[in-house]
Amino acid sequence: MFYRENGQFKTTYKSDQQVFAIPQDRWAILAIIAFAFLGIPLLVDEYIFRAILIPFLILSLAALGVNILVGYCGQITLGAGAFMAVGAYAAYNFLIRVSGMPALGAILLGGLTAAAVGIVFGIPSLRVRGLYLAVATLAAQFFCDWAFLRVKWFTNDSSSGSVSVADISLMGWTINSATDKYLFCLGILVVFSLMAKNLVRSAIGRQWMAIRDMDVAATVIGIRPMYAKLSAFAVSSFYVGVAGGLWGFVHLGSWEPAAFSIDRSFQLLFMVIIGGMGSIAGSFFGAAFIVILPIFLNQMLPLIGGLFGLEVSIALVAHVEIMVFGALIIFFLIVEPHGIARLWSTGREKLRLWPFPH
Amino acid sequence: MKSSKLAGAIAAIGLSAVLASPAAFAAEEQFFPVIAYRTGAYAPNGTPWANGYVDYLKLTNARGGVNGVKLIWEECETAYATDRGVECYERLKGKHGGATVVQPLSTGITFALTEKAPVDKIPLITAGYGRSESQDGSVFAWNFPLLGTYWMGADVLVQHIAKKEGGFDKLKGKKIALVYHDSPYGKEPIVLLQERGKMHGFDVQLLPVAHPGVEQKATWLQIRQSKPDYVFLWGWGVMNSTSLKEAQATGYPREKMYGVWWAGAEPDVKDVGEGAKGYNALALQHGAEKDSKVVKEVLEKLHAKGQGTGPKEEVGDVLYMRGLISSMLAVEGMRAAQGRYGKGKRITGEQMRWGLENINLDQKALDAMGLAGVMRPVQTSCLDHMGSAWARIHTWDGKKWNFSSDWYQGDEKVLRPMVINAASKYAEDKKIVRRTPDDCKK
Repeated sequence: MFYRENGQFKTTYKSDQQVFAIPQDRWAILAIIAFAFLGIPLLVDEYIFRAILIPFLILSLAALGVNILVGYCGQITLGAGAFMAVGAYAAYNFLIRVSGMPALGAILLGGLTAAAVGIVFGIPSLRVRGLYLAVATLAAQFFCDWAFLRVKWFTNDSSSGSVSVADISLMGWTINSATDKYLFCLGILVVFSLMAKNLVRSAIGRQWMAIRDMDVAATVIGIRPMYAKLSAFAVSSFYVGVAGGLWGFVHLGSWEPAAFSIDRSFQLLFMVIIGGMGSIAGSFFGAAFIVILPIFLNQMLPLIGGLFGLEVSIALVAHVEIMVFGALIIFFLIVEPHGIARLWSTGREKLRLWPFPH
Repeated sequence: MKSSKLAGAIAAIGLSAVLASPAAFAAEEQFFPVIAYRTGAYAPNGTPWANGYVDYLKLTNARGGVNGVKLIWEECETAYATDRGVECYERLKGKHGGATVVQPLSTGITFALTEKAPVDKIPLITAGYGRSESQDGSVFAWNFPLLGTYWMGADVLVQHIAKKEGGFDKLKGKKIALVYHDSPYGKEPIVLLQERGKMHGFDVQLLPVAHPGVEQKATWLQIRQSKPDYVFLWGWGVMNSTSLKEAQATGYPREKMYGVWWAGAEPDVKDVGEGAKGYNALALQHGAEKDSKVVKEVLEKLHAKGQGTGPKEEVGDVLYMRGLISSMLAVEGMRAAQGRYGKGKRITGEQMRWGLENINLDQKALDAMGLAGVMRPVQTSCLDHMGSAWARIHTWDGKKWNFSSDWYQGDEKVLRPMVINAASKYAEDKKIVRRTPDDCKK
């Protein structure tokens, strides 16, 4: 009804090639962004900010990075946690070792360092594919775990291997309160998502997709696999590294290598698989599913139990949470193997044909 | 239709949650968040701790509260994961008029909350864990590693083996292996052992074990090769019993193994049983205290009426007692704060901090609480957030833990400079100004 393109004519290439070609989409996205910047700070309390929204934003950014590599370029990675760790520790070192380094600068430099490390660990992708590549990237995970636990220089000789950063600021704006942190992460996420959206529509993005769909054919039409694959590793690791920096600086404030363990790598890969491979929006859906759902279940189960007059113990809640969460993952993978993003786009198709969907 | 009903039900639940949350706290109540873990790899150790913690809160209420103020609490499950711990903290800190003290029972969560505590003005008690330098209250204004830090623990262990060998000079040329959980927790004692090693000329061999610690074959192979004179075990959860099994398999004498207080409880040795016989561990003041008066009171006032937490048989076990005493310290901090800011009143986080800095439990107070023989007197101050540096060793005889040493005190001459140095470095990094004596009086 509202979602109909009839009568919308594109008269210039520019209007045909814009990011969101359909005005409804464009307005909806703008409205969502405006609401996220202006509306949410007025509505939610500190708990929602610190425990749900900030982790969601940061992990969305990381999932976006993983999606570029896994979803768009078809290179399976299990090293995302490692690249987050590189981003976080590199940013930490830039911050404390370079005097006058602004926090944002340190985070971005941390991202660049992660990109460099990503290229190094991406080299095996030139020879091995699929599951074998996943195993090769697993090496990145173990190597980084080892490096940050053992090499004292990275952690500034802290006796316990844990590092922390003082309050961060951006051009005089001290990022201290939950709202500040949220806005800071949101700002970065919006810029980076826009970049990603444009990147995947550009020549390089199309090269990635060509490599993903059939690398032999892509080579035949003149795409250099080395350049395409390594650039995907670099861009992806940059995103993931920036997310790692934010996770350490903004969310945790103080962290140890365990914050970026192999569990984190799996979590990010699952976000992409559940959210939707090769879809920017899918990264957000996946992050929401993995971050918010367990906390939601954890809080709702005692209340649901209360409705039936049952006293639900905290251990039982934790166990049921894991079971329901697992069941939901399987449910979504059966109902929609292409991820939640596909459900969303199917829904959109139906909306366009409304009231006679078929 | 079906889905709209479901949506309605969910909305109703959400609404009831919103309505229920500003619960009436007309009667004076003090909220204690319980950040615990009863699931995950460390559940066997986390569960008795949480049971003891909650039981003491219940017992305090059964005794009539703190000057009439009832204690209320809510539990949140972390599964020992740092991010879930932070989520729990954020969830609970504002509830029921606000949390005034947290005890996360995880060094990782402690590190993360150390950053948040000064902002939220909620004191963080880490009884027997956390950062060792946080003993310095003039820098770590909100951290309270009450009763012991890992540096102090390691120091006591070195003193004990020196005594066994017949003096510190006999330690020269000896080799001590540290088998540790590869996390901030396990790494804490390294600096102290190296410092002591330099002083007395013994070698420290570092053997990290990755989380959760079930894979230790390589570690014990190294021990078999290097034959250290002593093995210090800095493990948690399943890692401890695995170490003991490996020691048994390797043939390393259990009598020469010394664990930290987190490696000296029933879940660590029970599975190994006779195989762990002779294994020693630090006792953070108390051991298993089945015969103490407070345990009898818990059994009588709570478990006999079916109001106890967890199984009755575990009341008085080592980790249960640890939880109970952690809880007791928080309650006593609250009592001290009430003494200054008004008896029978709810206190704030800042007042709680003052209370925790002015805990003074002498023998008489301990006797009154039924803790005679369980622990020594504790006195904290603004500068010393540990309160007591005394510990003993207990030994597993195949069935239960028995004390096997006198009391030792951590050596101030060694510890103090290290604490001050590390705290100063932290203050410098974080641009914290040390509190002055005037500030302490506030």
